[in-house]
Amino acid sequence: MSFEAARQQATKEWKELQSGAVPLVYIGTATCGRSAGALRLLDAVRAELDKRKAAAQIVEVGCLGMCYAEPLVTVRKPNGTAVCYGNVTKDRAAEFVENCIVGDKPPADLVLGSIGEKSVPGVPDLFSIPALRPQVRRILRNCGSIDATNMNHYLAHGGYTGFARALQAGREKVIAELRDSGLRGRGGAGFPTWRKWQFCIDAKGDRKYIICNADEGDPGAFMNRSLLEGDPHVVLEGLLIAGFTIGASEGYIYCRAEYPLALERLRTAFGQMEKYGLLGDNILDSGFSFHVKIKEGAGAFVCGEETALIASIEGKRGMPRPRPPFPAVSGLWGKPTVINNVETLASVALILQNGAAWYAQAGTEKSRGTKTFALAGKVKCTGLIEVPFGIKLRDVVYGIGGGILNDKEFKAVQTGGPSGGCLPAAWLESPVDYESLAAAGSIVGSGGMVVMDEDNCMVDVARYFLDFTQKESCGECVPCRLGTKQMLDILKDITAGKGRPGDIELLLELAEGIKRGSLCGLGQTAPNPVLTTVKYFRSEYEAHIHEKKCPARVCKPLIHYRILTDKCKGCGLCLKNCPATAITGENKKIHVVDQSKCVKCGVCLEKCPRKFSAVECVPGAALQ
Amino acid sequence: MQDRVSAILSRFKSEESSLIPILQEVQAEFSYLPVDAMRRIARFLRVPESRVFGVASFYAQFRFTPMGKNRVMACRGTACHVRGAPRILEEISKFLGVQEGETTPDMKYTLETVACIGCCALAPCVMVNKEVHAKLTPATAKEVFAE
Repeated sequence: MSFEAARQQATKEWKELQSGAVPLVYIGTATCGRSAGALRLLDAVRAELDKRKAAAQIVEVGCLGMCYAEPLVTVRKPNGTAVCYGNVTKDRAAEFVENCIVGDKPPADLVLGSIGEKSVPGVPDLFSIPALRPQVRRILRNCGSIDATNMNHYLAHGGYTGFARALQAGREKVIAELRDSGLRGRGGAGFPTWRKWQFCIDAKGDRKYIICNADEGDPGAFMNRSLLEGDPHVVLEGLLIAGFTIGASEGYIYCRAEYPLALERLRTAFGQMEKYGLLGDNILDSGFSFHVKIKEGAGAFVCGEETALIASIEGKRGMPRPRPPFPAVSGLWGKPTVINNVETLASVALILQNGAAWYAQAGTEKSRGTKTFALAGKVKCTGLIEVPFGIKLRDVVYGIGGGILNDKEFKAVQTGGPSGGCLPAAWLESPVDYESLAAAGSIVGSGGMVVMDEDNCMVDVARYFLDFTQKESCGECVPCRLGTKQMLDILKDITAGKGRPGDIELLLELAEGIKRGSLCGLGQTAPNPVLTTVKYFRSEYEAHIHEKKCPARVCKPLIHYRILTDKCKGCGLCLKNCPATAITGENKKIHVVDQSKCVKCGVCLEKCPRKFSAVECVPGAALQ
Repeated sequence: MQDRVSAILSRFKSEESSLIPILQEVQAEFSYLPVDAMRRIARFLRVPESRVFGVASFYAQFRFTPMGKNRVMACRGTACHVRGAPRILEEISKFLGVQEGETTPDMKYTLETVACIGCCALAPCVMVNKEVHAKLTPATAKEVFAE
């Protein structure tokens, strides 16, 4: 079957699916859906449908991005209306089948919004709700609406037309298109993609390689996982275009072993591509041959660095080497190699499908297009989002994120993972783009965005990141290996109440040395979390060091728990649950915490009934 | 044991780039990397044993002691951290009676921490074998062990 015939067949199938005579039920079963119980829901819905002998077609889809409301289900009725529901737990399966699939009485607390042109009375348009309105969904357009294991669904949505266009246009036109689009690498550094490819084209070599970096190592980031689980073919189409353009006949996908579902989706996708003649020798009779291998990452953050990743594929310890020569000139096995992030490749596919002008409509002058972010931490609406560059941080945190959980006070937003920084409220008006975040001392990075509130201690957060980078330092450069250790020791001392005057200055001095003296990005950026927290939250450091207090009540040696005499009713719950037997008191009489025994686990605070709220956590160690 | 290692090696070419995939398969077979198996791999790839040990000890995935029947991975990601992961780990560690990196004496559970599971939107989470348990609290942490 020719590619065009396959495409037409796929489009026909998709239309038939949409106009079927029975309700169509899309259930999100990517990793986040599964963690919220989507597979159990799926079984329950199937059983309930069987019980009622009701007909419906179930389609498993990826993640729509509203992880806060998982499990997500969309029901499309034969009359063309479609409604998306959230928080559909297994326990409500029977009710859901009755009112939402078979009948038409959707419970208000489950309804999120309607999808498509046909409106439903009393139901808002899904894409106009606050969590979605500011978003521009391009890379994620198929996530949550197509079956990732069915390549026809991808073909029916313009899939592989970008690759077909690249084959026809030739590599020079592809490069020109990418240049006009303004696409910059989405892995973190933001280097223009076309330039990287051009370097590789210009480099001499009998073999060239393209590698897709899917080793999403930043803690707090899951954009690549969601995309690979929800729409793997868009990434693979980008990989094909890259291979064709730079003249590579072999590609690698370096994906974390911690993402079993993403790996499974990729392997399924390869089989389908081979079946359609999109992988292997002489693809679509163009003379272009391309083969792909998966390499499972074995768990090393430093392997996100290009040269370390190459070393890892070659079977070595993942240690970076000096650049130049850059991988585009001498990479895998000494051959010219391009390494692109998952999202970069997906963007390439979209640019070739829709054109550079379309792509450049979104974004700012220097940061074009859209970017996906993993919005997590202390916001109400956590999830995977896609926004045009230039959107204000406030619109992300308060618009899409819905504000701070439990209406607490916003303290900081952390972007860029361990290489990035924590930005305070003053930066909420700043636009999200490569230049603005860099000016604030952070980075766009791969797209992690973790929001923190008044209950998060910024010194503890800095210690957390340094603990991470110190463990992940490969050990090659002394400033990184020993410097991060020294910084971590100082931060541990400060959070343990052993901070000394001069510690902040010492941290800043070490940070400077590590930045300058390290070979790769891991070391050069490792001090960023400390630098930004000192810059924007210095008073918290000072409270730890000079007053021996943790204002956010996180660092155990710098807090204590006490029972309020006017509120304690002597119910004994705290006493019974205290693991250190540090609480004394008779029934119906005021209880007391023995500070010398207290291990500050906080169980008493958790157990004290809310109506009494008699346990309090106070900054500063207790007076003995 | 040698037969099982041989069966794995027979699927690979004797070249350096096979080392990590071989280690991954050997670990999948035995739940850890037995010393004898690593020696065998070194001979198969014609590289010094130190090379095999060096690579194996570099990556967080590899383990040198047998794993319990169930693998418990507490996420230490940023989102989990700011939403109370340290307390969750404490509770689980207390419940199992082992520290991070250890296995219960009955070989039922191995407790590990992981840099990030990628389930940040539903933090804090713990993964037991292949199942992710999300939005945990100190009070519900023990429920991940319900069978």
